[in-house]
Amino acid sequence: MKIRVHVTLKAGVLDPQGKAIHHALEGLGFAGVNDVRAGKLIELDVAEGTQDSDVEEMCRKLLANTVIENYRIERVAESAA
Amino acid sequence: MKSAVITFPGSNCDRDMAEALRLVTGRAPAMVWHRESELPAGLDLIAIPGGFSYGDYLRSGAMAAGSPVMRAVKHAAERGVMVLGVCNGFQVLTEARLLPGALMRNAGIRFVGRDVTVRVENSQSAFTACYDAGEEIVIPVAHHDGNYQADGETLDRLEGEGRVALRYVGEVNGSARGIAGILNEAGNVLGLMPHPERAVEAAHGLGDGRRLFEGLLEAVGQPA
Repeated sequence: MKIRVHVTLKAGVLDPQGKAIHHALEGLGFAGVNDVRAGKLIELDVAEGTQDSDVEEMCRKLLANTVIENYRIERVAESAA
Repeated sequence: MKSAVITFPGSNCDRDMAEALRLVTGRAPAMVWHRESELPAGLDLIAIPGGFSYGDYLRSGAMAAGSPVMRAVKHAAERGVMVLGVCNGFQVLTEARLLPGALMRNAGIRFVGRDVTVRVENSQSAFTACYDAGEEIVIPVAHHDGNYQADGETLDRLEGEGRVALRYVGEVNGSARGIAGILNEAGNVLGLMPHPERAVEAAHGLGDGRRLFEGLLEAVGQPA
């Protein structure tokens, strides 16, 4: 079973990496980009029957730092994986 | 004073820390590898050194925080053993939740490696007892992820409880309220981004870090 965990910085937390990407886009001549926020995508292949609560615990204990980051868990349908 | 230095794969200030401890305390620390689940008996101090533990994968300090040795460090900290985390060691302590907040990428994006002036805000802790409150000292920093952040309530509590031990004089990395080092609630755990172990002897060209280690000696009843 495939699971995607999206880790993003909380709103209001300064994102130096996103800012650098924004500057680089402007440098390449892309106008009209208002803001850029960078995050992480972590793909897990877990045993069938793994509960949402197990994945939640993985996120809280390791995958995200909830002081500064939010996470979103996405179950990937087999056909799409 | 009996001390130990924890070494993770990717630590690179462990020997500097060991040498500083040997010089100031007169006794070489035990070097403890990250896979150990037990620490030597009777420790007064555990030092978590700088470097790039586990290649800074995921987040700086995140992998190290879950390593076997850190469970032993947590138990020791709860028993009152002094714990000093420098640079990556500070990142490990926040990721292990032994200290609040998080250390993010420097606000200016660039790595910062230079001597900085920090103000000793609290001289009551074992780590800062040999400094005067309000004293400004010069200690080197060398980090990419030193931007200390926590929510407003946590920051207010740290300030109110005198747990901001060190504050940068001037802008260094975007840290909230210029925080360079903080104490835990009990005062036996200090995390800081500057490297006191790089400022202890004449050859370093800076000596202000030495008194941090002397304070620890005094805390265990040995004259510095």
